[in-house]
Amino acid sequence: MKEEKELFSVGHRACAGCGEPIAVRAILNEAGPNTVAIVCTGCLEVVSTGWPETAWEVPLIHAAFENSASVASGIEVALRKLGKKDTNVIAFGGDGGTFDIGFQALSGMLERGHNVKYVCLDNEAYMNTGIQRCSSTPYGASTTTSPAGKYSIGEDRPKKPLAAICASHDIPYTATATIAYPEDLKKKVKTALETKGPCFLHVLVPCPTGWRFSSEKTVELAKLAVGTGVFVLWELRGSNFNNINITKKLKGRKPVTEYLKTQGRFRHLFRPEIKQDVIDKIQKDIDEKCKRFGVDL
Amino acid sequence: MVKITIRGNMATALGAKLSRPDVVPAYPITPSTLFPEKISEYIADGEMDAEMIRVESEHSAMSACIGASACGARVCTASASQGISLMSEMMFIAAGMRLPVVMAVGNRALAAPINIWCDHQDTISQRDTGWLQFYAEKNQEGLDLMIIAFKVCEDKRVLLPGMVGIDAFVLTHTLEAVDVPDQKLVDEFLPKYKPELYLDPSKPMTFGSFGTPEFYQEFKYAQVKAIEKASEVIDEVFAEFKKKFGREYKKIVPYKCEDADVIILTMGSMSGTARAAVNKMREKGKKVGCCKLTVYRPFPGKEIVDLTKNAKVIAVLDRDISPGFGGALYGEVAAQFINTSEHPLITDYIIGLGGRDVLIEDFEEIYDKSIETVKKGRVEKPVEWIHLNQEVL
Repeated sequence: MKEEKELFSVGHRACAGCGEPIAVRAILNEAGPNTVAIVCTGCLEVVSTGWPETAWEVPLIHAAFENSASVASGIEVALRKLGKKDTNVIAFGGDGGTFDIGFQALSGMLERGHNVKYVCLDNEAYMNTGIQRCSSTPYGASTTTSPAGKYSIGEDRPKKPLAAICASHDIPYTATATIAYPEDLKKKVKTALETKGPCFLHVLVPCPTGWRFSSEKTVELAKLAVGTGVFVLWELRGSNFNNINITKKLKGRKPVTEYLKTQGRFRHLFRPEIKQDVIDKIQKDIDEKCKRFGVDL
Repeated sequence: MVKITIRGNMATALGAKLSRPDVVPAYPITPSTLFPEKISEYIADGEMDAEMIRVESEHSAMSACIGASACGARVCTASASQGISLMSEMMFIAAGMRLPVVMAVGNRALAAPINIWCDHQDTISQRDTGWLQFYAEKNQEGLDLMIIAFKVCEDKRVLLPGMVGIDAFVLTHTLEAVDVPDQKLVDEFLPKYKPELYLDPSKPMTFGSFGTPEFYQEFKYAQVKAIEKASEVIDEVFAEFKKKFGREYKKIVPYKCEDADVIILTMGSMSGTARAAVNKMREKGKKVGCCKLTVYRPFPGKEIVDLTKNAKVIAVLDRDISPGFGGALYGEVAAQFINTSEHPLITDYIIGLGGRDVLIEDFEEIYDKSIETVKKGRVEKPVEWIHLNQEVL
């Protein structure tokens, strides 16, 4: 641990097994105290900022749902103007606040070239409002607004490739990470902080409540997401995808069923009968993606 | 002091420049676009030491204002109409977080139908956001009120955002001579913004907390107390401004109201026309006066009551409409008298929506209708529309 003092303190109200505080703690401790953090409306804000308490040991601002990136733009410019350009500016957004409602603000911030490190904590649905479908929700997942049923397989659209879209803005650094590989996450945070200009980190944070798994399995789930090729760990400088660096290549990639079977949100793919066509499509998409990215050793 | 002839947007931009903001996030919109253009020019020519953020929407403009202001920067922006509607969510938040952001507005109608002309609906619709609202009658006021707004909003007893409205085209695009205050005097009048609380890594604190039912009301109450206090602070700052620059501002500006049976209340650029109409009617012996509101929030209710309580009719002119009710100003003026046993009759005239000209004849018509009301001793039609074109209805 770089910092002796924890910058995201204990006592917050996150669910047992929530992936978000694990990621935030690692990121803030890597960044150190000379940081201003921005958080968008969502689980993270609700569980960590209930007045008169706060879990944040760095200055934090929460404004609204869709604008972490534009609030951060203002902060970055003001700090520079006031002669505090060495302060890190880290904006946190959930997947709803980043993939969906905050997408325009994010694109604007990236395009304008602000020295902001944007972290999307992705738990693949609107968890704070009770597990509604988002453009981050994976194909086949059952949510409260894409429920599995007699005529529904659950979510019927693939996950939006947000990190790739961000990288296509030709920003200096884009990376994906997850809490199961904290050293990889921290290394990427360090790289982002050392890189001038806008950087985007897409961090997968399993959600026991929304994904419906037992709360002690959070890290295991994150590990399985990587091990099955569902979530590929990569980093890229600029927008030329030929230069992509796969930071966790896979030897003997696991079948996706190992990941799907552990979560209630995919239970309908196995019960009452196996929906093989859906599972096959999920597996096929992963195989294609892993081939394209060069994930398999 | 230098006298120059400039458009209203240039006047508010000049007022902003003289106030030395650190950060100006802005997005173009008719009729306010000249404001960010002028600020960009000042920066490009080295006349202004500020950072401009060319954001991708008004929502992000206000979001960036909030972020920058929370760092302790002096911040301003400009917008109008649809832009203000889009940033409305963040306007509540700027006020709730007690950030003294200042916005120049080119008051314009709201769609649909889309319309770029003068109307007060855009800012009147934001009256509950917690922002201070100033309305200018002419370009000089636009310039001065920007400087005044920063000083009032940044006062430790206030700490709230504020806006200065200038009427679309009638002011924003119209050339008028203005006295440009001396920069040195403005610097003395408006020293550097030094907030006590800001986003500071050496003293970390959380802005924009989650407020549960145990605390939310107290946050709002404190905010309301601050805008009430602003009423007093505005008087102080107006007095200080007069001392420094010689020009007098008042929350309400009455004209020939002392013995008036009918007092016409106006906001914005139509106030000059109102005075011309009063002069014309006075020549014919009609006992009429008018009064403009320079400050709309905090609402100068006491001042209006003191001015109008002996009149027979108060004719309120609203360049806005709350459908299903009437004009906003009408409702608020009427509310001031609700607990008094005797008060003037109060009528509302919806006028000049979407840039329709407000003419001297309109004031004469309103006066005549008011006298009819006096004769009848009661209000038959509380809300009337002036200049409705029956042919297209």
